[in-house]
Amino acid sequence: MIMARRHVVLFLCALLPLLILVMAVSLNVGATGIHLTALWQSGAEQTDSFADRVVLTQIRGPRVVMAGLTGAALAVAGAIMQGLFRNPLADPGLIGVSSGAALATACMIVLGGAWLNLGAGGLQAEIMSTAWAVPVAGMLGSFVAACLLYMFATRGGATSVSMILLAGVAFSAFSGALTGILIFRANDTALRDLTFWTMGSFAGATWSRIGLLCPFLLVATWVTVRLALPLNALLLGESDARLMGYPVERIKRLAMFSVACAVGPTVSFVGAIGFVGVVVPHLVRLITGPDHRLVLPGSALLGAILLIAADTLARIIAMPADVPVGIVTAVLGTPLFVWLLTRTHDRERLA
Amino acid sequence: MKLCLQNVGWRVRDKDIVQGASLDFEPGQMTAIVGPNGAGKSTLLRLASGLLRATSGDVWLGDASITTLSSAQLAAGRAMLMQDSPLRAQFTLRELVAMGGQISAPFMSTSVRLELAGLLLERVGLAAFAERDVMGLSGGERQRVHLARVLMQLEAAVHGTDRAPGFLLLDEPISAQDLSRQHLVLNLARAHASGGGGVVLVIHDLNWAAACADHIVVMHEGTIYAQGPPEQVLTNALANRVFGLEEGRVRIHAATGKPYVLPHDMICP
Repeated sequence: MIMARRHVVLFLCALLPLLILVMAVSLNVGATGIHLTALWQSGAEQTDSFADRVVLTQIRGPRVVMAGLTGAALAVAGAIMQGLFRNPLADPGLIGVSSGAALATACMIVLGGAWLNLGAGGLQAEIMSTAWAVPVAGMLGSFVAACLLYMFATRGGATSVSMILLAGVAFSAFSGALTGILIFRANDTALRDLTFWTMGSFAGATWSRIGLLCPFLLVATWVTVRLALPLNALLLGESDARLMGYPVERIKRLAMFSVACAVGPTVSFVGAIGFVGVVVPHLVRLITGPDHRLVLPGSALLGAILLIAADTLARIIAMPADVPVGIVTAVLGTPLFVWLLTRTHDRERLA
Repeated sequence: MKLCLQNVGWRVRDKDIVQGASLDFEPGQMTAIVGPNGAGKSTLLRLASGLLRATSGDVWLGDASITTLSSAQLAAGRAMLMQDSPLRAQFTLRELVAMGGQISAPFMSTSVRLELAGLLLERVGLAAFAERDVMGLSGGERQRVHLARVLMQLEAAVHGTDRAPGFLLLDEPISAQDLSRQHLVLNLARAHASGGGGVVLVIHDLNWAAACADHIVVMHEGTIYAQGPPEQVLTNALANRVFGLEEGRVRIHAATGKPYVLPHDMICP
């Protein structure tokens, strides 16, 4: 059932025009009813087309790009985690990045208000305004969480993957409880902000945020490219990978670093978006087989395509309202997830 | 290039699993490690491979301690077949075998790598399944695919040169094989030794050990109890003390002159 390698590469190449198509469609639809053609029609009616161009270049443009980057980051991170844990249902959140970001975000939204007002003034106000303070706090939270889990699971230079898994579950529960306390004492505005954060949205996407995100994603990409072959070897088990000559401990560190780098900042900007990280690599693997040299780029492309499509759907199903994209991915992703579970279960029973 | 264990020990929670093991494995020779369950055979092999870092003593490959070798050098110098590999991925047999040479022969082109993998699959008797999915294999077939992958690691490293391949460490390589495949696997190991590589195998079948190995190492309770050529080591006294067999169970084969063990008289009690 696995396609021949040449076909797989062709399939991956076919995803590229699909990505461009989805981006074009996504740019073309929205509450204001402006179409892509506005970009070329400038000059004729100055004022109108200027506003149209702003909608396209400053609102929809960054939104589409942010959705694409997020989808790619989450899906690739999911593929790395599934390879590292040798578990098809692993998720980028396992190393604590999502729950760490959630906790830090909740802290900032609920407790940060007063502090932000105190510190207002000049440049500080610019950097520390809520628009920036929340994602920056989220990033810090996710990195601190990933580091804590890493240190917890590492004894004598060896990181136990199952320890990360267990500690990750414990950490998620604990930070969930702390977030609960914060929610309990939050005021109505904070409560609303927080709720929307947990559902994820690209409404806040701007070019400057994308600019801040890009260095992280570039570093993550640079590391990830080097992980494809080692992750293949890890599928044989840690001992066999080490016997074949792979530096397993370094690979684990790099994989965690890369996931934290990709997911932490992304989640901080757009909130929690579930299922992309679990489902996309799995879908890709159905076609490409287990080779990470194909799974990783395939996940990046398909993740971007699906999340842009989901965001487009989120914008148009309840126009002019903007449904949080996390709801769309959850509604569409859950049945898919269950199907994957039963499929894996069936195969294991047959094997 | 020799593989030497110098007074190697492995201690976990105040319990010595292996202690004071000193052994020289020669290239071109086949060494069988035998002993009762829990004697420390597999641990010794893991220590020799560098998979476990000895808590005392040192392991040398040639004139370098294996802890100082780069991972590529170590990968080219020795390869090990584990008792079982927890593989859960749908690689094809050819892909899996080709993966073996990824680090030990990093500059080999993909086409040569895949071709060599095909040749190795032929040698382990699985050429017909080369493009099939590993997950669909039986236990014995999977063990042989891994053997091909391990051979790939060593042979890819010396491919196109006249250097001898590195050490082949096998942990119970015939445990999942039928009688004719046991023969096939041990013949492959013997061929590796004839090609100038060293072979060290942990094996439970004393008769195979006596028939195919140049050198037998007997482990008992974490230490090396005896070592030497089969006819000197496999004696009635040893079989009695290490394996608890009655006197007279070890006999000498009339045709080969090698010792063999008949543990019982084929009568079920």
